[in-house]
Amino acid sequence: MTVAEPSPLYTAIEPYIPLGRSGLLPALHAAQKIYGWVPESAAAEIAKALRVPLADVHGVIEFYSLFYDMPTSKHVIRVCTDVACALKDADGILDRLCARHGLHPGQTTDDLSLTIEPSPCLGLCEHAPAVWETGSEQTTVIGEDGATFVSENRRPPSRVYGSVRILTANCGNGTTSLAKYGEYAGLKKAKAMTPEQVIAEVKASGLVGRGGAAFPTGVKWEGAAKAEGSPKYVICNADESEPGTFKDRVLMLDDPHRVIEGMCIAAYAIGAAKGYIYIRGEYPYIVPVLENALNEARGAGYLGNDFDIEIRVGAGAYICGEETALFESIEGKRGFPRIKPPFPTTHGVFGKPTVINNVETLCTVPMIIAQGAAEYRKLGTEKSPGSKLFCVSGDVERTGVYEVPFGVTLRELLEMAGGVKDGKQLQAVLFGGAAGAFATSEHLDVKLTFEDLRAAGLPLGSGVVMVFDETRDMRRVLKSLGHFFAHESCGKCYPCQMGTQRQKEILDRIAEGKVLADDFARLQDVGWTMTDASLCGLGQTAASAVLSAMKLWPGLFVEGQTSKVERQ
Amino acid sequence: MTVTFTMDGKEITVEDGQTLLEAARENGIDIPTICWHEATTANGLCRMCVVEVEGWRTLQPACVVQAGAGMKVQTRSEKVVRARKTILEMLASTMDLSDAPDILTMMDEYGADASRFPDAVRRVSEVKDDNPMYIRDYSKCLLCWRCVQVCADDAQYTYAINFEGRGYETQIGTFFDKPIPETTCVLCGQCVGVCPTGALKPKRQYLLEQGVSPEEISVLNTGRKKRKNV
Ligand SMILES: Cc1cc2nc3c(=O)[nH]c(=O)nc-3n(C[C@H](O)[C@H](O)[C@H](O)COP(=O)(O)O)c2cc1C
Ligand code: SF4
Ligand code: SF4
Ligand code: FES
Ligand code: FES
Repeated sequence: MTVAEPSPLYTAIEPYIPLGRSGLLPALHAAQKIYGWVPESAAAEIAKALRVPLADVHGVIEFYSLFYDMPTSKHVIRVCTDVACALKDADGILDRLCARHGLHPGQTTDDLSLTIEPSPCLGLCEHAPAVWETGSEQTTVIGEDGATFVSENRRPPSRVYGSVRILTANCGNGTTSLAKYGEYAGLKKAKAMTPEQVIAEVKASGLVGRGGAAFPTGVKWEGAAKAEGSPKYVICNADESEPGTFKDRVLMLDDPHRVIEGMCIAAYAIGAAKGYIYIRGEYPYIVPVLENALNEARGAGYLGNDFDIEIRVGAGAYICGEETALFESIEGKRGFPRIKPPFPTTHGVFGKPTVINNVETLCTVPMIIAQGAAEYRKLGTEKSPGSKLFCVSGDVERTGVYEVPFGVTLRELLEMAGGVKDGKQLQAVLFGGAAGAFATSEHLDVKLTFEDLRAAGLPLGSGVVMVFDETRDMRRVLKSLGHFFAHESCGKCYPCQMGTQRQKEILDRIAEGKVLADDFARLQDVGWTMTDASLCGLGQTAASAVLSAMKLWPGLFVEGQTSKVERQ
Repeated sequence: MTVTFTMDGKEITVEDGQTLLEAARENGIDIPTICWHEATTANGLCRMCVVEVEGWRTLQPACVVQAGAGMKVQTRSEKVVRARKTILEMLASTMDLSDAPDILTMMDEYGADASRFPDAVRRVSEVKDDNPMYIRDYSKCLLCWRCVQVCADDAQYTYAINFEGRGYETQIGTFFDKPIPETTCVLCGQCVGVCPTGALKPKRQYLLEQGVSPEEISVLNTGRKKRKNV
């Protein structure tokens, strides 16, 4: 009798077989590592091993931008063409790279030696223009017009500034080891308290989520703690795909123990035995840093006893940052958001009570517990206590992550960043990301707090402050935003599935200066319909920036007007 | 247990757990639906059934939201009508609605303009005629998901079809686009039964519409069977 050698694919996916369907994304990543794409035979083998229907496996491959069911090279160069990079000639970089290799964007060479693709925001906006290269020992892009390139083994530098350095105390000097981070003082103190006391302290701190929705963290934890059902889960949302956002990348790369400690405290507070860090696929260089930190934490006994954490890597889908779509993704499905209610605190991942928090939210927790809520509240304002990270990019002298106390004005933040680049005038600031809204110089004295921004009609979102100088063509900026949402809509609900496409088509035409008489009404109806009637936050905010631009600069959308914003 | 609430100013009492759509239908209030079907799990995805609920930030899909005590629901507010009309106009600019009479009626009712979006890229695809039982014409598909659902956990547990692409480019498809006979499909026809738009159609009906005579169809059928037996 001969025993057949297991195939290399089988060996690679074997660890995920016990996970069943939930092992699907890890297994597809493993297959792509071998082949560069997922050939039919590999998809069939994975389907069989994980007991997932064939059509479902294919449906999952088709959903995620970083999975391919067509021959694709292991060596892929992805050029970010999103908003911040578009300001730095990303399209030119992509075109020149393609021309040099005789390819069109999205194409693969016949010998499968290279694929070149445009990419949505890579979370490297302070380093724009950004390029991500996989599967090559040496870079083929370096020197290309000052583009910053990252790969599995090449991490981007961190640029960290601001008037306070609390959350970012350990950021800016490479990864902080456990030895340097020191003991998990917040966790130690939490464990001397009851879970109820921990939750009460987080509530007293006034901490609200930093992922965009600004939901009170303590209230969320209390909901999951009281919910029936077990096991319970803690999830760190590290999908960070909102164009303009890159703070979580810096926090995880430079200070991984802070977020892990935050997760441990959350787990203790709600009684969770298992945690996930769901990190976007475009951050491969962070994964080994987190793995190493998890191992250090296990070695020190913080993890591995009553609570442990698994890393899950996304595969190119902004929607998977939406909490319920993220659960679906962990479960091995297409990232379709679920209808809420029920809410994650009672029916989260695998239908179990779940706390899901943003990286920055979790990083704030250890300090709140270690120092106490009263101390935490000394900074910031009554309604927005503490400090906040802002992702400053675009046309400023010093792009980077800025930590400031809540209450600093936009003017002060921009001054810290050295003002508008090359002494030009400010035209606009995109606040809160692609899903945010535009501000102008009239908003410079708005205080950066939840309450003041809300009053000014500006969303804080994920802390994006993207600056556009007076020379920028805002129609081109809007065109980039339109492309982003059309590319990232999951397609589940009609208003967003078709609305993001219609919005893109109209914005494309307007960017070319071809404005039709009733474009204003057309865009508004599409925008309002998405905002009012979409199923999830993506569609509900996909027109937010466009509608704000229509209010600020109606002339951009009217026939015969030039695209340059008139200055008063 | 019952709950009492108002819909379009009318006080309504229903059983606890009933959806706004059920409540409306029991009380003679018309709320249009596209994706909802009694045989499939409601996913609330077409958003044609949205209504305005006082105090809620966004419009709510009546097919999934349950009536709550004291709710104040408007089924034809300005916002609701604008959303429904725009959804219909976007559908008309996306797909072939010629086999979807119910939707064409809705378009009339809401005054929706089929040519509202002059630069719309339509979703078009070739008719897939690969099995003796039904054809698939995804140019007429409005992505209601019913066929995928009845093929899976809502009825048949066959899992022959799923999705391709995402966003606007989503289409219903098989494993690596295989023809139906090479999939797990058992030709039960449930998907054809729930398709609202003629995207899935019995082969015989399709051939008749193409002008093929009934006699020719039976010859075609036997021919196909013979070939398969070789
Ligand atoms: C389309 C979409 C994308 C999102 N992406 C992220 C993300 O990348 N990271 C994140 O923390 N939250 C993201 N969110 C918000 C999450 O759904 C969720 O509110 C958040 O993770 C909760 O954590 P927090 O309370 O700590 O903010 C996204 C929401 C939407 C609608
Ligand atoms: S709003 Fe967009 S992303 Fe959200 S469910 Fe609808 S189609 Fe999907
Ligand atoms: S083929 Fe028919 S049933 Fe299936 S999603 Fe399309 S319209 Fe719905
Ligand atoms: S990295 Fe290019 S826009 Fe963010
Ligand atoms: S019928 Fe309610 S969302 Fe489709």
